[in-house]
Amino acid sequence: TTYKGAFEERADKSQYSQLKMGNKQTIFTQEQLDAYQDCTFFTRKEILRYRDLAPQLVPLDYSARPAVTLPYELISSMPELKDNPFRQRIAEVFSEHGDGNMTLDDFLDMFSVLSEMAPRDLKAYYAFKIYDFNNDDYICKSDLEKTVNKLTRNELTPEEVSLVCEKVIYEADVDNDGKLSLADFQHMILRAPDFLRYLLQHHLEQEHSCECPAWQTTTPGEGQQQVFHVRAS
Amino acid sequence: MGGRLSMLLALIFPLRKDSSHFDCKILVNACAKPSSLSDAILDLPYEELSTHTFQDLLNFSKDADHLANDKFYQHRYIGRVTQQHWNGLMSEQTEELCLAQCLPCAAVGICSVHHSSPVQHGCVGLAMHSGRSKVPLLQNNLAMTGCLNGQIAGKKRIMGIREHFFPSNTVHDYDSNGKEALPSISGTTGTSSSVVNLQLACVWYAWHDGSDDNEEGSAVENEETAKGTDKGRKRTTPRTRRAHARGRDRHGDEEDEEDEDGTRRAGHRRHRNRRRGRAAGNEASDSDMEPAKARKNQANQKSKEDDEEEEDEKEGKGGKGKNEKKGDKKPDKKGKKEKANKKKKDKKKSGSGSDSESEEEPITEEELAKLKEEVEEKKKLIATLRNKPWKMKKKLSVLKEAQLFVEKFEGALGKGKGKKFYAYKVMMTKKWMKFQRDFENFKTACIPWEMKIKEIESHFGSSVASYFIFLRWMYGINMILFGLTFGLVMVPEALMGKPYGSLPRKTVPRAEEATAMNFATLWDFSGLAQYSVLFYGYYNNQRTIGWLKFRMPLSYFLVGVGSIGYSFMVVTRTMAKNANDDGGGDDTSFNFSWKMFTSWDYLIGNPETADNKFASITTSFKEAIVEEQESRKEENIHLTRFLRVLANFLALCTLAGSGYLIFFVVRRSQQFALEGLENYGWWERNEVRAISIIDVNTVMSLLGMFCPTLFDVISSLENYHPRIALRWQLGRIFALFLGNLYTFIIALMDEINLKARYLLSFTMFDIHIRERHYFCAVDYLEEEKIVKYNMTIWEASLYNGTIPENSTAPPIQVDPADVPRGPCWETMEFVRLTVSDMMTTYITILIGDFLRAVFVRFFNYCWCWDLEYGFPSYSEFDISGNVLGLIFNQGMIWMGSFYAPCLPAINVFRLHTSMYLQCWAVMCCNVPQERVFKASRSNNFYMAMLLFILFLSTLPAVYTIVSIPPSFDCGPFSGKTRMFEVISETLEHDFPSWFGKVFGYASNPGLILPFILLMVLSIYYLNATSKSYKEANLELKKKLQSKKIKEEINKRHKNQMNKRKIHLRQNSHQQSLKETSKMNPLQTKDSQAAAGFPCQGASDLHDHLLILSSEHIPDSKKGQDGNGSKKTGQPQEASSSQTLQHPGPALNGHYPPQSRGGNLPPPSIAVTRPPGPRRPGVPGYPPGNPCLPGMQPGMARGPPMYR
Repeated sequence: TTYKGAFEERADKSQYSQLKMGNKQTIFTQEQLDAYQDCTFFTRKEILRYRDLAPQLVPLDYSARPAVTLPYELISSMPELKDNPFRQRIAEVFSEHGDGNMTLDDFLDMFSVLSEMAPRDLKAYYAFKIYDFNNDDYICKSDLEKTVNKLTRNELTPEEVSLVCEKVIYEADVDNDGKLSLADFQHMILRAPDFLRYLLQHHLEQEHSCECPAWQTTTPGEGQQQVFHVRAS
Repeated sequence: MGGRLSMLLALIFPLRKDSSHFDCKILVNACAKPSSLSDAILDLPYEELSTHTFQDLLNFSKDADHLANDKFYQHRYIGRVTQQHWNGLMSEQTEELCLAQCLPCAAVGICSVHHSSPVQHGCVGLAMHSGRSKVPLLQNNLAMTGCLNGQIAGKKRIMGIREHFFPSNTVHDYDSNGKEALPSISGTTGTSSSVVNLQLACVWYAWHDGSDDNEEGSAVENEETAKGTDKGRKRTTPRTRRAHARGRDRHGDEEDEEDEDGTRRAGHRRHRNRRRGRAAGNEASDSDMEPAKARKNQANQKSKEDDEEEEDEKEGKGGKGKNEKKGDKKPDKKGKKEKANKKKKDKKKSGSGSDSESEEEPITEEELAKLKEEVEEKKKLIATLRNKPWKMKKKLSVLKEAQLFVEKFEGALGKGKGKKFYAYKVMMTKKWMKFQRDFENFKTACIPWEMKIKEIESHFGSSVASYFIFLRWMYGINMILFGLTFGLVMVPEALMGKPYGSLPRKTVPRAEEATAMNFATLWDFSGLAQYSVLFYGYYNNQRTIGWLKFRMPLSYFLVGVGSIGYSFMVVTRTMAKNANDDGGGDDTSFNFSWKMFTSWDYLIGNPETADNKFASITTSFKEAIVEEQESRKEENIHLTRFLRVLANFLALCTLAGSGYLIFFVVRRSQQFALEGLENYGWWERNEVRAISIIDVNTVMSLLGMFCPTLFDVISSLENYHPRIALRWQLGRIFALFLGNLYTFIIALMDEINLKARYLLSFTMFDIHIRERHYFCAVDYLEEEKIVKYNMTIWEASLYNGTIPENSTAPPIQVDPADVPRGPCWETMEFVRLTVSDMMTTYITILIGDFLRAVFVRFFNYCWCWDLEYGFPSYSEFDISGNVLGLIFNQGMIWMGSFYAPCLPAINVFRLHTSMYLQCWAVMCCNVPQERVFKASRSNNFYMAMLLFILFLSTLPAVYTIVSIPPSFDCGPFSGKTRMFEVISETLEHDFPSWFGKVFGYASNPGLILPFILLMVLSIYYLNATSKSYKEANLELKKKLQSKKIKEEINKRHKNQMNKRKIHLRQNSHQQSLKETSKMNPLQTKDSQAAAGFPCQGASDLHDHLLILSSEHIPDSKKGQDGNGSKKTGQPQEASSSQTLQHPGPALNGHYPPQSRGGNLPPPSIAVTRPPGPRRPGVPGYPPGNPCLPGMQPGMARGPPMYR
């Protein structure tokens, strides 16, 4: 199975030489894996990636649900996130205590939502949370400013930024309270499909171009994984 | 039997509630079968069983224990006992007693009757419970037994049992989640009957599955309400007959009522189930809120109860003693019976088990359907669990619960299979998505230079990118032209035509032979290059060539005409398509929002791409900001108008001035040439010399250099949006070039007869080669005559007059290189021009951009001012100049390609290299424009200019084809009076004669003119239709939008309504709790305490709020009505306990304060909210919609409403 294969691949590393003996050893019980598969859009192989992040921290045997939390630094250095301007927000939103440090469950939650299989409204919900920097359940102007600055790397002048934010609020704020509620946000973003395709055509994306535009991530290829592996260890 | 007895009991209990004694003996005596008794007992509302009564019953159960032939009922009874225990009604002592009695029973029961799963459920439930509260050892024992038995039974129900078992062990861990308590509860209640169990579970789930299942919950409830009312009606009968029945009871005459009681029993059960469910829910909510507290409270309650009931117990013991005596007598009698029955059971173990179940618990279709629905529901939940925005912990627990439910009730429907299939489906979906993505990638990779262009676009904006896209499009067109000419003209000629040197036209003349192979000559496309397939002159006028009988002249002609036609077609088609794209759905209502929230591509995985993406987002923001600012401007409309008029006036002046300048220069130069230099002084002489050197071309080049700059300055007056400014700029430059050209031509036309050939010596690097073409043709016509005459003289001299002219002697062998040539005006300089144009462009780029950039970059270190931001700075990308260059170049290709088949090939090469060079130059030496503006990707303005140029450039070509006789000594059409004669020749030779005739008729002007008229009419018609379609389209779009908005409003409204409904239901739930609290005050009080609702406040306030909410939204009336009916339904439904209600509290001494019953919703959900001031121009929503403003806060703060 892929799951076993992934394991063997890892076992090739010298530091895992002791594992070569116990190739059959499982990290999760079957039930756990099944449950995770039911709860997320992940397959087993992807579940095991968490361990790759910090092999020295994450225990091999996960069947007893050990309380392991990986620090934000490790999470944000993942290839999927390291170039993302919102990586810190993403980690914060998905982590249990809002500090960016992630348990396995948080980690799986995150990648489940980011996967291309996740439905649009689920993504929209979490997108709202991510853009809601101050966690007040509304995207207010300061949140928008932060978003713009992160997206443009502070290359717009403050006037331009505030113009953009005003426009956004003007466009999307249906109930006129000067900030975007979740309903406003959904109203706006769930209409985007055609626009997103359009966006994709118009903007640069070198590595991938696909129909399901924002809000997804791919699992990096094996090579990337390996590179990452080395770095993490 | 049982039905009758239950009826009896139901009748008795209400009477007996005052006296704490219940004579069980009556019952025992009354019933012939213990089964019916236990059944009857089961059907009693447990609240009505006092502890005392219970002990009596317990004693009876001892008796029942000996009735081994009906273990089934016995165990159900035990289950009932457990239920009692569970509900905290039993005292400690009773409990112990109960356990002591029940456990062995349970063990026995499990071993013997393992087919009747309810029994097992009951036993295990009991065991579980006992283990939890008191006797862990016992629990272990029973667990063992249960498991063992489960294995023995080997039935599907095993799973159910196990499930009951394991979760119950983990109840302690999961107490925080109320739902975990469910299995254990349903397990214990499962003893009474499977139907009960199911219903209980249904109700329970309905109540406690969060907002998702609310509707189902209400459905179940409503149904039951209806049943309740039915029952209420029926209920009246027994009451009237109460005394009567009692009398009959005494006489043991029960059989009459058996039939009609069946239905009632069912009703009873349902009703009670519901209540039980509610109670269970109550408990669950306890544990949900504050598990520890709840437990503590329960303990307290128990101890209290103990105190109260001690007295009762004393009495009960006496009763028990009596009962025991009776019980002792019975076993002797029934011992034999038991044995016999055991044998029977052994014989048909499985059959009896299932039979008894089906007989006793007939699951109606309705219920089955409901059950199925439930299971489906759960399955759906499992399937969509991953779509819920919950934390993993919650998801896991919900999953577990749902799985338990499904496993328990799904039965034969294999779960593993479905799961496997699901996994397979998921895998396939993933694979498919990956494939799609890869395919998309592949498709993008197939588009040439897409990445380059995107990179440029991200840094320089879409306007610069539009030039490169235009360039790419042009490349595509030229590729096709090249394919046509190369495949159908050049290759056949090179392969099958007569080889080089076989004919004079295929040989380099003797005079040029020496330099024919020089690089400079070849570079100039003369020498050997001129006498090759690359040019028109090389082709022979043979009708067919090679073994394929390839009709070369025809092919040449058709390819030439075809490529022009194709170009027209493509340009117009692209224009039409672009027009469609521009007109089609450009929904910009969320322009900025989408830019902000959806522009980041989460797939980006490497830093370079990320950089580009950042740049692109910034650029797009800037573009959008420019648009926005443009739309916001318009402050001084009169000034702007005046300035624009002024600017146009200035531009016109410039154009006119440049035209006049050219005219003047041409005239003057001709004047000099005509009149000779003698009449002029030194100054004029120098001037003439200068003019003859510099020439008109230079003037035109200079104009071409400075006028655009002037236009640029002028356009800054106009204050247009940069996109529109670019168009104006383009238009003006275009007009300038064309105007200059035509002034030049007109000026020349005057003098053409005088000094035309003078022009031929000019070497030109500019676009006005076009007109030269004309004059070449005109001049050569005259020259041709002279050459022809010369050639006859030459021939005559060759034969030297010795041979008479009409003799048939073999011609003297002359090297074709020596044969004098006729003029070949078709071989023109377009190729040379294209190449030199290309070189100029490249050199300009290298010097103007690259060297300037290098200079600015490196000399900035040691310069007195800032070069980068000061004077020279880096150059911007000149969109208009480049686009025009491209367009004029293409015009040249179109014009020349008929006479030089190699031209498309050269152009392809040129475009290819310039794509790379310009891409590099842009990225390397240019800076983005100050105002990055958005240009549509498919710029129709460029296309329009291209079409115009195409028209202009094909005019001369078509003119030469149609009206000028081809050269007699070169090219495929030599010897014909007109080029298009190839067609008629082919018709004549290769087609049957009738075809020629038909063609002749068809080409009759009398036919063609009507045809053209028809075409014009149809164009007019189609145009009108398309306009009307467009209007209809717009209207539809508007309608759709308004509908969408309406839907959105409705949806929000509905959401809000749902919230209210939930809220209302909670309220009704609370009310029902109130009722139960009256019946069972201790427990409810406990639950209320545990629930810890923030507002323990008055229910009247709550009611007030309800009224408010119902007033606030008209639709909520429905909910209100439903609530009302529930309220009215409930008393009827609960009529069995209705009479109990009022005295109940007095009896127990606890009367819960009225204000406590209704729990308020959390205060954060504002029910009413004053509408805020509306901004004037919110798009889409009709002003003053009353339901919009109020709902927002509730939506955001409430639980997420995802499905």
